[in-house]
Amino acid sequence: MTSLNVDEAKGLIEEVLEVYPEKAREDRAKHLTVAEPGQETKGCITSNRKALPGVLTNRGCAYAGSKGVVWGPIKDMIHISHGPVGCGQYSRAGRRNYYVGTTGVDSFGTMNFTSDFQEKDIVFGGDKKLEALIDEVEQLFPLNKGISVQSECPIGLIGDDIEAVSKEKAKELGKSVVPVRCEGFRGVSQSLGHHIANDAVRDWVLSGENKKEVGPYDVALIADYNIGGDAWSSRILLEEMGLNVVTQWSGDGTLNEVKNNVNVKLNLLHCYRSMNYLARHMEEKYDIPWVEFNFFGPTKTAESLRKIATFFDETIQANAEKVIAKYEAQTQAIIEKYRPRLEGKKVMLYVGGLRPRHTIGAYQDLGMEVIGTGYEFGHNDDYERTLEDIKHATLIYDDVTGYEFEEFVKKLQPDLIGGGIKEKYIFQKMGIPFRQMHSWDYSGPYHGYDGFAIFARDMDMTLNNPCWNELKAPWKKIA
Amino acid sequence: MPSVMLRENEGKLSLYIAKKDLEAMVVSLEHDAIDKWGGKIELDDGSAWYLDPLDAKPKLPKTLRVRRA
Repeated sequence: MTSLNVDEAKGLIEEVLEVYPEKAREDRAKHLTVAEPGQETKGCITSNRKALPGVLTNRGCAYAGSKGVVWGPIKDMIHISHGPVGCGQYSRAGRRNYYVGTTGVDSFGTMNFTSDFQEKDIVFGGDKKLEALIDEVEQLFPLNKGISVQSECPIGLIGDDIEAVSKEKAKELGKSVVPVRCEGFRGVSQSLGHHIANDAVRDWVLSGENKKEVGPYDVALIADYNIGGDAWSSRILLEEMGLNVVTQWSGDGTLNEVKNNVNVKLNLLHCYRSMNYLARHMEEKYDIPWVEFNFFGPTKTAESLRKIATFFDETIQANAEKVIAKYEAQTQAIIEKYRPRLEGKKVMLYVGGLRPRHTIGAYQDLGMEVIGTGYEFGHNDDYERTLEDIKHATLIYDDVTGYEFEEFVKKLQPDLIGGGIKEKYIFQKMGIPFRQMHSWDYSGPYHGYDGFAIFARDMDMTLNNPCWNELKAPWKKIA
Repeated sequence: MPSVMLRENEGKLSLYIAKKDLEAMVVSLEHDAIDKWGGKIELDDGSAWYLDPLDAKPKLPKTLRVRRA
Protein backbone atom coordinates (compact mmCIF):
# COMPACT_ATOMS: atom_id res chain seq x y z
CA MET A 1 0.00 0.00 0.00
CA THR A 2 1.04 3.60 -0.34
CA SER A 3 1.47 6.03 2.50
CA LEU A 4 -0.96 8.89 2.65
CA ASN A 5 0.13 12.44 3.07
CA VAL A 6 -1.56 14.70 5.59
CA ASP A 7 -4.14 16.11 3.17
CA GLU A 8 -5.10 12.71 1.83
CA ALA A 9 -5.49 11.39 5.36
CA LYS A 10 -7.71 14.34 6.25
CA GLY A 11 -9.75 13.68 3.16
CA LEU A 12 -10.10 10.07 4.21
CA ILE A 13 -11.49 11.09 7.58
CA GLU A 14 -14.05 13.35 5.93
CA GLU A 15 -15.02 10.66 3.48
CA VAL A 16 -15.55 8.11 6.25
CA LEU A 17 -17.59 10.52 8.35
CA GLU A 18 -19.95 11.35 5.49
CA VAL A 19 -22.46 8.64 6.29
CA TYR A 20 -23.19 9.96 9.78
CA PRO A 21 -26.01 12.38 10.52
CA GLU A 22 -24.77 15.93 10.89
CA LYS A 23 -24.62 16.05 14.66
CA ALA A 24 -22.85 12.73 14.96
CA ARG A 25 -20.43 13.76 12.24
CA GLU A 26 -19.50 16.91 14.11
CA ASP A 27 -18.97 14.97 17.29
CA ARG A 28 -16.91 12.19 15.76
CA ALA A 29 -14.76 14.61 13.76
CA LYS A 30 -13.30 15.86 17.03
CA HIS A 31 -12.07 12.37 17.86
CA LEU A 32 -10.20 11.79 14.63
CA THR A 33 -7.11 13.57 13.50
CA VAL A 34 -3.93 13.30 11.50
CA ALA A 35 -0.69 13.82 13.33
CA GLU A 36 1.57 16.22 11.56
CA PRO A 37 5.26 16.74 12.15
CA GLY A 38 5.97 19.54 14.59
CA GLN A 39 2.34 19.74 15.58
CA GLU A 40 1.21 21.59 18.67
CA THR A 41 0.49 18.76 21.06
CA LYS A 42 -2.00 20.38 23.39
CA GLY A 43 -5.63 19.55 22.83
CA CYS A 44 -5.12 18.03 19.41
CA ILE A 45 -7.95 15.60 19.89
CA THR A 46 -11.04 15.24 22.02
CA SER A 47 -10.95 12.20 24.23
CA ASN A 48 -12.53 10.63 27.28
CA ARG A 49 -16.04 11.54 26.18
CA LYS A 50 -19.18 9.46 26.19
CA ALA A 51 -19.46 7.19 23.15
CA LEU A 52 -22.21 8.20 20.74
CA PRO A 53 -25.45 6.28 21.04
CA GLY A 54 -25.90 4.00 18.06
CA VAL A 55 -22.28 3.41 17.17
CA LEU A 56 -20.27 0.34 18.02
CA THR A 57 -17.69 1.10 20.67
CA ASN A 58 -15.05 -1.18 22.11
CA ARG A 59 -14.98 0.30 25.55
CA GLY A 60 -15.43 -1.48 28.84
CA CYS A 61 -17.00 -0.26 32.08
CA ALA A 62 -15.73 1.02 35.41
CA TYR A 63 -16.06 -2.47 36.90
CA ALA A 64 -13.82 -3.81 34.13
CA GLY A 65 -11.25 -1.16 34.95
CA SER A 66 -11.25 -1.89 38.66
CA LYS A 67 -11.80 -5.62 38.95
CA GLY A 68 -10.27 -6.63 35.65
CA VAL A 69 -7.25 -4.38 35.61
CA VAL A 70 -6.16 -2.86 38.88
CA TRP A 71 -7.50 -5.08 41.67
CA GLY A 72 -7.99 -8.40 39.95
CA PRO A 73 -4.33 -9.38 39.53
CA ILE A 74 -3.54 -8.99 43.24
CA LYS A 75 -3.30 -12.70 43.73
CA ASP A 76 -3.65 -13.40 47.45
CA MET A 77 -6.83 -11.39 47.85
CA ILE A 78 -10.32 -12.56 47.10
CA HIS A 79 -12.08 -10.14 44.79
CA ILE A 80 -15.82 -10.48 45.14
CA SER A 81 -17.81 -9.44 42.09
CA HIS A 82 -20.71 -8.10 44.08
CA GLY A 83 -23.83 -8.21 41.94
CA PRO A 84 -25.20 -10.44 39.20
CA VAL A 85 -23.13 -13.39 38.15
CA GLY A 86 -22.34 -12.45 34.54
CA CYS A 87 -19.90 -9.54 34.99
CA GLY A 88 -17.44 -11.70 36.88
CA GLN A 89 -17.98 -14.93 35.01
CA TYR A 90 -17.59 -13.58 31.47
CA SER A 91 -14.46 -11.64 32.35
CA ARG A 92 -12.94 -14.42 34.42
CA ALA A 93 -9.26 -15.11 33.73
CA GLY A 94 -9.53 -13.27 30.43
CA ARG A 95 -6.58 -10.97 30.93
CA ARG A 96 -3.97 -13.64 31.53
CA ASN A 97 -2.38 -11.94 34.51
CA TYR A 98 0.10 -14.66 35.33
CA TYR A 99 1.03 -15.41 38.92
CA VAL A 100 2.96 -17.88 41.03
CA GLY A 101 0.95 -19.70 43.66
CA THR A 102 -1.55 -22.47 44.18
CA THR A 103 -4.93 -21.39 42.90
CA GLY A 104 -7.66 -21.99 45.44
CA VAL A 105 -5.21 -22.31 48.33
CA ASP A 106 -3.12 -19.17 48.63
CA SER A 107 -3.83 -17.48 45.29
CA PHE A 108 -7.15 -16.69 43.71
CA GLY A 109 -6.34 -14.88 40.48
CA THR A 110 -8.28 -16.99 38.01
CA MET A 111 -11.21 -17.79 40.29
CA ASN A 112 -14.54 -16.03 40.21
CA PHE A 113 -16.27 -15.06 43.44
CA THR A 114 -19.69 -13.51 43.07
CA SER A 115 -22.70 -12.77 45.20
CA ASP A 116 -24.95 -13.84 42.29
CA PHE A 117 -27.66 -11.23 42.82
CA GLN A 118 -31.25 -12.34 42.37
CA GLU A 119 -34.49 -10.41 42.27
CA LYS A 120 -34.98 -10.62 46.01
CA ASP A 121 -31.57 -9.09 46.64
CA ILE A 122 -32.49 -6.13 44.50
CA VAL A 123 -35.76 -5.72 46.38
CA PHE A 124 -34.53 -6.33 49.93
CA GLY A 125 -30.88 -5.26 49.57
CA GLY A 126 -27.79 -7.40 49.32
CA ASP A 127 -25.81 -6.44 52.42
CA LYS A 128 -26.82 -9.56 54.34
CA LYS A 129 -25.83 -11.68 51.40
CA LEU A 130 -22.45 -9.97 51.24
CA GLU A 131 -21.88 -10.66 54.94
CA ALA A 132 -22.74 -14.30 54.48
CA LEU A 133 -20.53 -14.48 51.41
CA ILE A 134 -17.53 -13.03 53.22
CA ASP A 135 -18.01 -15.53 56.06
CA GLU A 136 -18.22 -18.39 53.60
CA VAL A 137 -15.16 -17.25 51.67
CA GLU A 138 -13.21 -17.00 54.89
CA GLN A 139 -14.21 -20.53 55.88
CA LEU A 140 -13.43 -22.06 52.49
CA PHE A 141 -10.22 -20.13 51.78
CA PRO A 142 -8.67 -19.26 55.10
CA LEU A 143 -5.30 -18.42 53.54
CA ASN A 144 -6.62 -15.35 51.75
CA LYS A 145 -4.88 -12.16 52.87
CA GLY A 146 -7.78 -9.84 52.28
CA ILE A 147 -11.01 -9.30 50.43
CA SER A 148 -12.11 -6.61 48.02
CA VAL A 149 -15.74 -5.97 47.18
CA GLN A 150 -16.08 -4.90 43.55
CA SER A 151 -19.53 -3.44 43.03
CA GLU A 152 -21.47 -4.06 39.88
CA CYS A 153 -24.19 -1.72 38.61
CA PRO A 154 -27.15 -2.77 40.82
CA ILE A 155 -25.24 -2.11 44.05
CA GLY A 156 -25.04 1.59 43.29
CA LEU A 157 -28.59 1.70 41.96
CA ILE A 158 -30.21 0.21 45.05
CA GLY A 159 -27.83 2.02 47.41
CA ASP A 160 -26.35 -0.86 49.38
CA ASP A 161 -23.90 0.20 52.07
CA ILE A 162 -20.95 -2.01 51.23
CA GLU A 163 -18.61 0.28 53.16
CA ALA A 164 -20.38 -0.49 56.42
CA VAL A 165 -20.32 -4.22 55.77
CA SER A 166 -16.65 -4.06 54.83
CA LYS A 167 -15.69 -2.13 57.94
CA GLU A 168 -17.56 -4.48 60.20
CA LYS A 169 -16.14 -7.59 58.56
CA ALA A 170 -12.60 -6.21 58.51
CA LYS A 171 -12.83 -5.74 62.27
CA GLU A 172 -14.28 -9.17 62.80
CA LEU A 173 -11.76 -11.01 60.61
CA GLY A 174 -8.74 -8.84 61.30
CA LYS A 175 -8.05 -8.62 57.56
CA SER A 176 -8.33 -5.90 54.95
CA VAL A 177 -11.80 -5.77 53.46
CA VAL A 178 -11.88 -3.09 50.79
CA PRO A 179 -15.12 -1.79 49.29
CA VAL A 180 -14.66 -0.50 45.75
CA ARG A 181 -17.44 1.65 44.32
CA CYS A 182 -16.74 0.75 40.71
CA GLU A 183 -20.31 0.36 39.46
CA GLY A 184 -20.23 -0.12 35.72
CA PHE A 185 -22.39 2.87 34.88
CA ARG A 186 -19.86 5.31 36.33
CA GLY A 187 -17.85 7.30 33.84
CA VAL A 188 -17.55 6.82 30.13
CA SER A 189 -15.15 3.88 30.02
CA GLN A 190 -12.99 1.57 32.11
CA SER A 191 -10.72 4.53 32.71
CA LEU A 192 -12.82 5.82 35.60
CA GLY A 193 -12.70 2.32 37.07
CA HIS A 194 -8.90 2.61 37.21
CA HIS A 195 -9.26 5.91 39.00
CA ILE A 196 -11.79 4.57 41.51
CA ALA A 197 -9.61 1.53 42.13
CA ASN A 198 -6.59 3.79 42.67
CA ASP A 199 -8.58 5.85 45.15
CA ALA A 200 -9.64 2.70 46.98
CA VAL A 201 -6.00 1.61 47.28
CA ARG A 202 -5.15 5.09 48.52
CA ASP A 203 -7.90 5.19 51.12
CA TRP A 204 -8.02 1.60 52.30
CA VAL A 205 -4.56 0.10 51.83
CA LEU A 206 -1.74 2.64 51.76
CA SER A 207 -0.88 4.07 55.11
CA GLY A 208 1.93 6.04 56.68
CA GLU A 209 1.89 3.54 59.54
CA ASN A 210 3.66 1.05 57.28
CA LYS A 211 6.59 3.37 56.74
CA LYS A 212 9.91 1.66 57.37
CA GLU A 213 13.52 2.28 56.58
CA VAL A 214 14.15 2.36 52.85
CA GLY A 215 17.22 0.93 51.13
CA PRO A 216 19.04 3.14 48.62
CA TYR A 217 18.00 1.06 45.60
CA ASP A 218 14.50 0.03 46.63
CA VAL A 219 12.00 0.55 43.84
CA ALA A 220 8.43 -0.44 43.11
CA LEU A 221 7.33 -1.82 39.78
CA ILE A 222 3.74 -0.67 39.48
CA ALA A 223 1.04 -0.77 36.82
CA ASP A 224 2.53 -3.78 35.09
CA TYR A 225 -0.20 -6.37 34.94
CA ASN A 226 2.01 -9.31 34.04
CA ILE A 227 0.12 -10.17 30.88
CA GLY A 228 1.74 -13.38 29.71
CA GLY A 229 4.58 -12.77 32.19
CA ASP A 230 5.48 -9.19 31.20
CA ALA A 231 6.27 -8.03 34.71
CA TRP A 232 8.67 -10.89 35.19
CA SER A 233 10.66 -10.08 32.07
CA SER A 234 10.74 -6.42 33.15
CA ARG A 235 11.83 -7.28 36.64
CA ILE A 236 14.81 -9.30 35.41
CA LEU A 237 16.28 -6.20 33.77
CA LEU A 238 15.68 -4.00 36.80
CA GLU A 239 17.32 -6.50 39.10
CA GLU A 240 20.27 -6.99 36.76
CA MET A 241 20.71 -3.26 36.94
CA GLY A 242 21.18 -3.58 40.69
CA LEU A 243 17.81 -2.21 41.73
CA ASN A 244 15.96 -3.89 44.52
CA VAL A 245 12.38 -4.44 43.41
CA VAL A 246 10.65 -4.60 46.78
CA THR A 247 7.12 -4.46 45.50
CA GLN A 248 5.61 -5.41 42.20
CA TRP A 249 1.91 -5.04 41.56
CA SER A 250 -0.67 -5.54 40.56
CA GLY A 251 0.54 -8.27 38.15
CA ASP A 252 1.67 -11.20 40.33
CA GLY A 253 1.34 -8.87 43.32
CA THR A 254 0.24 -9.45 46.87
CA LEU A 255 -1.60 -7.29 49.34
CA ASN A 256 1.53 -6.93 51.45
CA GLU A 257 3.45 -5.64 48.47
CA VAL A 258 0.80 -2.99 47.92
CA LYS A 259 1.04 -1.96 51.58
CA ASN A 260 4.81 -1.92 51.26
CA ASN A 261 4.67 0.46 48.32
CA VAL A 262 5.24 3.41 50.66
CA ASN A 263 8.74 2.09 51.39
CA VAL A 264 10.51 2.73 48.11
CA LYS A 265 12.82 5.33 46.63
CA LEU A 266 11.17 5.40 43.24
CA ASN A 267 7.93 4.25 41.63
CA LEU A 268 8.43 2.75 38.20
CA LEU A 269 5.18 3.29 36.39
CA HIS A 270 4.53 1.22 33.32
CA CYS A 271 0.89 1.87 32.50
CA TYR A 272 0.52 5.58 33.00
CA ARG A 273 -3.19 5.60 32.28
CA SER A 274 -4.28 3.18 34.96
CA MET A 275 -2.06 4.14 37.89
CA ASN A 276 -0.85 7.70 37.45
CA TYR A 277 -3.38 8.80 40.06
CA LEU A 278 -1.72 6.67 42.69
CA ALA A 279 1.78 7.64 41.58
CA ARG A 280 0.88 11.30 41.90
CA HIS A 281 -0.66 10.68 45.30
CA MET A 282 2.41 8.85 46.58
CA GLU A 283 4.63 11.61 45.28
CA GLU A 284 2.69 14.18 47.23
CA LYS A 285 2.09 12.26 50.42
CA TYR A 286 5.06 9.92 50.76
CA ASP A 287 7.68 11.84 48.79
CA ILE A 288 8.18 9.06 46.28
CA PRO A 289 9.04 10.30 42.80
CA TRP A 290 7.74 8.35 39.85
CA VAL A 291 8.93 7.75 36.35
CA GLU A 292 7.23 6.35 33.30
CA PHE A 293 9.12 3.79 31.32
CA ASN A 294 8.69 1.73 28.19
CA PHE A 295 10.08 -1.78 27.87
CA PHE A 296 8.82 -2.57 24.36
CA GLY A 297 11.61 -3.05 21.85
CA PRO A 298 15.37 -2.64 22.43
CA THR A 299 15.60 1.06 21.55
CA LYS A 300 12.95 2.10 24.03
CA THR A 301 14.14 -0.39 26.64
CA ALA A 302 17.66 1.03 26.53
CA GLU A 303 16.26 4.55 26.68
CA SER A 304 14.13 3.65 29.68
CA LEU A 305 16.93 1.86 31.52
CA ARG A 306 19.08 4.97 31.19
CA LYS A 307 16.21 7.19 32.28
CA ILE A 308 15.58 5.08 35.36
CA ALA A 309 19.30 5.05 36.16
CA THR A 310 19.44 8.85 36.28
CA PHE A 311 17.48 8.67 39.53
CA PHE A 312 20.34 6.74 41.17
CA ASP A 313 24.11 6.95 41.62
CA GLU A 314 26.96 6.03 39.25
CA THR A 315 26.92 2.35 40.20
CA ILE A 316 23.41 1.92 38.85
CA GLN A 317 24.15 4.07 35.84
CA ALA A 318 27.19 1.93 35.01
CA ASN A 319 25.11 -1.19 35.57
CA ALA A 320 22.44 0.06 33.21
CA GLU A 321 25.05 0.41 30.48
CA LYS A 322 26.28 -3.09 31.27
CA VAL A 323 22.77 -4.51 30.96
CA ILE A 324 22.24 -2.74 27.66
CA ALA A 325 25.60 -4.02 26.36
CA LYS A 326 24.91 -7.53 27.58
CA TYR A 327 21.77 -7.89 25.50
CA GLU A 328 23.07 -6.14 22.44
CA ALA A 329 24.25 -9.26 20.64
CA GLN A 330 20.99 -11.05 21.38
CA THR A 331 18.91 -8.15 20.09
CA GLN A 332 21.07 -7.75 17.01
CA ALA A 333 20.54 -11.39 16.13
CA ILE A 334 16.77 -11.00 16.42
CA ILE A 335 16.72 -7.88 14.29
CA GLU A 336 18.94 -9.51 11.67
CA LYS A 337 16.66 -12.50 11.53
CA TYR A 338 13.27 -10.80 11.43
CA ARG A 339 13.87 -7.34 10.01
CA PRO A 340 14.28 -8.51 6.40
CA ARG A 341 10.96 -10.33 6.70
CA LEU A 342 9.09 -7.40 8.21
CA GLU A 343 10.80 -4.32 6.80
CA GLY A 344 8.50 -1.64 5.46
CA LYS A 345 5.29 -3.29 6.60
CA LYS A 346 2.50 -1.01 7.80
CA VAL A 347 0.72 -1.49 11.09
CA MET A 348 -2.48 -0.08 12.50
CA LEU A 349 -3.11 -0.26 16.21
CA TYR A 350 -6.19 0.18 18.30
CA VAL A 351 -5.64 -0.78 21.90
CA GLY A 352 -5.97 0.65 25.38
CA GLY A 353 -3.79 1.88 28.19
CA LEU A 354 -0.22 2.42 27.08
CA ARG A 355 0.23 0.17 24.05
CA PRO A 356 -0.97 2.50 21.30
CA ARG A 357 2.21 4.51 21.92
CA HIS A 358 4.56 2.14 23.73
CA THR A 359 4.65 -0.57 21.08
CA ILE A 360 5.46 1.89 18.28
CA GLY A 361 9.16 1.75 19.17
CA ALA A 362 9.21 -2.03 19.02
CA TYR A 363 7.66 -2.01 15.54
CA GLN A 364 10.17 0.58 14.41
CA ASP A 365 13.01 -1.59 15.64
CA LEU A 366 11.76 -4.24 13.23
CA GLY A 367 11.57 -1.73 10.40
CA MET A 368 7.79 -1.56 10.52
CA GLU A 369 5.80 1.63 10.43
CA VAL A 370 2.74 2.45 12.49
CA ILE A 371 0.35 4.35 10.22
CA GLY A 372 -2.60 4.60 12.57
CA THR A 373 -3.08 4.34 16.27
CA GLY A 374 -5.77 5.02 18.82
CA TYR A 375 -6.93 4.47 22.36
CA GLU A 376 -10.14 2.96 23.58
CA PHE A 377 -10.17 5.04 26.72
CA GLY A 378 -7.16 7.38 26.59
CA HIS A 379 -7.25 10.90 27.93
CA ASN A 380 -5.63 14.09 26.66
CA ASP A 381 -2.35 13.40 28.40
CA ASP A 382 -2.10 10.03 26.64
CA TYR A 383 -2.47 11.64 23.23
CA GLU A 384 0.14 14.24 24.07
CA ARG A 385 2.55 11.48 24.94
CA THR A 386 1.64 9.62 21.75
CA LEU A 387 2.53 12.50 19.47
CA GLU A 388 6.12 12.33 20.70
CA ASP A 389 6.42 8.80 19.39
CA ILE A 390 4.82 8.93 15.97
CA LYS A 391 6.13 10.15 12.68
CA HIS A 392 4.53 11.92 9.73
CA ALA A 393 0.85 11.70 8.82
CA THR A 394 -0.24 9.10 11.29
CA LEU A 395 -3.94 8.64 11.67
CA ILE A 396 -5.09 9.08 15.27
CA TYR A 397 -8.50 7.83 16.30
CA ASP A 398 -10.05 8.05 19.73
CA ASP A 399 -12.69 5.51 20.76
CA VAL A 400 -12.98 4.55 17.10
CA THR A 401 -16.30 3.03 16.08
CA GLY A 402 -16.54 -0.34 14.39
CA TYR A 403 -17.60 1.28 11.13
CA GLU A 404 -14.84 3.89 11.10
CA PHE A 405 -12.11 1.38 11.86
CA GLU A 406 -13.27 -0.94 9.11
CA GLU A 407 -13.38 1.89 6.59
CA PHE A 408 -9.93 3.15 7.56
CA VAL A 409 -8.54 -0.33 7.16
CA LYS A 410 -10.20 -0.81 3.79
CA LYS A 411 -8.64 2.41 2.52
CA LEU A 412 -5.23 2.16 4.12
CA GLN A 413 -4.79 -1.59 3.63
CA PRO A 414 -2.26 -2.10 6.43
CA ASP A 415 -0.17 -5.27 6.50
CA LEU A 416 -0.94 -5.94 10.14
CA ILE A 417 -3.52 -4.81 12.65
CA GLY A 418 -3.07 -4.92 16.40
CA GLY A 419 -6.26 -4.75 18.42
CA GLY A 420 -8.49 -6.77 20.68
CA ILE A 421 -10.64 -9.86 20.41
CA LYS A 422 -13.65 -7.81 19.31
CA GLU A 423 -11.91 -6.68 16.14
CA LYS A 424 -9.90 -9.79 15.48
CA TYR A 425 -12.25 -11.92 13.43
CA ILE A 426 -13.64 -9.08 11.34
CA PHE A 427 -10.20 -8.22 10.07
CA GLN A 428 -9.04 -11.78 9.70
CA LYS A 429 -12.09 -12.45 7.54
CA MET A 430 -11.15 -9.40 5.50
CA GLY A 431 -7.85 -11.19 4.90
CA ILE A 432 -5.65 -8.90 6.95
CA PRO A 433 -3.17 -10.39 9.44
CA PHE A 434 -4.17 -9.56 12.99
CA ARG A 435 -2.53 -9.77 16.41
CA GLN A 436 -4.35 -9.28 19.66
CA MET A 437 -2.39 -6.64 21.49
CA HIS A 438 -4.38 -6.93 24.73
CA SER A 439 -3.56 -10.52 25.55
CA TRP A 440 -0.61 -10.87 23.15
CA ASP A 441 -2.76 -13.49 21.39
CA TYR A 442 -2.07 -15.97 24.17
CA SER A 443 1.67 -15.52 23.74
CA GLY A 444 4.08 -13.25 25.58
CA PRO A 445 5.83 -11.79 27.43
CA TYR A 446 6.64 -8.86 25.16
CA HIS A 447 8.48 -6.64 27.66
CA GLY A 448 12.24 -6.32 27.85
CA TYR A 449 14.91 -7.87 25.67
CA ASP A 450 13.69 -11.42 26.05
CA GLY A 451 10.17 -10.28 25.32
CA PHE A 452 11.30 -8.57 22.14
CA ALA A 453 12.43 -11.92 20.75
CA ILE A 454 8.92 -13.26 21.27
CA PHE A 455 7.35 -10.10 19.92
CA ALA A 456 9.40 -10.29 16.71
CA ARG A 457 8.66 -13.97 16.25
CA ASP A 458 4.94 -13.46 16.77
CA MET A 459 4.72 -10.57 14.34
CA ASP A 460 6.60 -12.57 11.70
CA MET A 461 4.51 -15.66 12.38
CA THR A 462 1.30 -13.71 11.84
CA LEU A 463 2.32 -11.51 8.97
CA ASN A 464 4.16 -14.06 6.87
CA ASN A 465 1.79 -16.90 7.54
CA PRO A 466 1.07 -18.78 4.28
CA CYS A 467 -2.63 -18.94 5.16
CA TRP A 468 -3.17 -15.37 3.93
CA ASN A 469 -2.59 -16.55 0.37
CA GLU A 470 -5.19 -19.27 0.69
CA LEU A 471 -8.19 -17.10 1.48
CA LYS A 472 -9.49 -17.14 -2.06
CA ALA A 473 -10.88 -20.37 -3.48
CA PRO A 474 -8.45 -21.83 -6.03
CA TRP A 475 -10.93 -21.62 -8.91
CA LYS A 476 -11.51 -17.92 -8.24
CA LYS A 477 -7.85 -17.06 -8.40
CA ILE A 478 -6.56 -15.53 -11.57
CA ALA A 479 -3.96 -17.91 -12.92
CA MET B 1 -12.68 25.59 41.44
CA PRO B 2 -10.80 22.51 40.37
CA SER B 3 -8.22 20.74 42.47
CA VAL B 4 -4.90 20.91 40.74
CA MET B 5 -1.54 19.44 41.51
CA LEU B 6 1.48 21.69 41.28
CA ARG B 7 4.76 19.94 40.88
CA GLU B 8 8.28 20.71 39.93
CA ASN B 9 9.38 18.91 36.81
CA GLU B 10 13.07 19.18 36.02
CA GLY B 11 13.23 22.50 37.80
CA LYS B 12 10.19 23.89 36.05
CA LEU B 13 6.81 24.31 37.63
CA SER B 14 3.99 22.33 36.10
CA LEU B 15 0.32 22.12 36.82
CA TYR B 16 -1.89 19.07 36.49
CA ILE B 17 -5.65 19.40 36.35
CA ALA B 18 -7.01 15.96 37.12
CA LYS B 19 -10.48 16.71 35.77
CA LYS B 20 -9.14 17.77 32.41
CA ASP B 21 -6.14 15.42 32.30
CA LEU B 22 -4.19 18.49 31.45
CA GLU B 23 -0.53 18.63 32.26
CA ALA B 24 0.80 22.07 31.42
CA MET B 25 3.93 24.01 32.17
CA VAL B 26 3.58 27.20 34.16
CA VAL B 27 4.73 30.18 32.13
CA SER B 28 4.39 32.80 34.81
CA LEU B 29 3.52 32.93 38.47
CA GLU B 30 2.44 36.26 39.96
CA HIS B 31 3.99 35.95 43.41
CA ASP B 32 7.06 33.81 43.80
CA ALA B 33 8.58 35.09 47.00
CA ILE B 34 9.48 33.33 50.24
CA ASP B 35 6.62 34.92 52.18
CA LYS B 36 4.06 35.14 49.41
CA TRP B 37 3.47 32.46 46.85
CA GLY B 38 0.61 32.12 44.39
CA GLY B 39 -1.60 34.56 42.56
CA LYS B 40 -2.23 34.39 38.87
CA ILE B 41 -0.81 31.33 37.15
CA GLU B 42 -0.39 31.41 33.40
CA LEU B 43 0.02 28.16 31.52
CA ASP B 44 1.71 27.39 28.24
CA ASP B 45 -1.60 26.44 26.64
CA GLY B 46 -2.85 29.99 27.11
CA SER B 47 -5.19 29.42 30.04
CA ALA B 48 -4.80 31.21 33.35
CA TRP B 49 -5.75 30.29 36.90
CA TYR B 50 -5.77 32.08 40.22
CA LEU B 51 -4.38 30.66 43.43
CA ASP B 52 -4.99 32.51 46.68
CA PRO B 53 -1.48 33.56 47.70
CA LEU B 54 0.06 31.33 50.34
CA ASP B 55 2.24 32.54 53.21
CA ALA B 56 5.14 30.40 52.12
CA LYS B 57 6.20 28.35 49.16
CA PRO B 58 4.66 24.91 49.72
CA LYS B 59 6.56 21.68 49.52
CA LEU B 60 5.87 20.39 46.03
CA PRO B 61 4.12 18.42 44.69
CA LYS B 62 1.02 19.75 46.36
CA THR B 63 -2.68 19.57 45.58
CA LEU B 64 -4.36 22.95 45.81
CA ARG B 65 -7.61 24.54 44.80
CA VAL B 66 -7.47 27.19 42.12
CA ARG B 67 -9.99 29.47 40.45
CA ARG B 68 -10.37 30.57 36.88
CA ALA B 69 -8.48 33.84 36.46
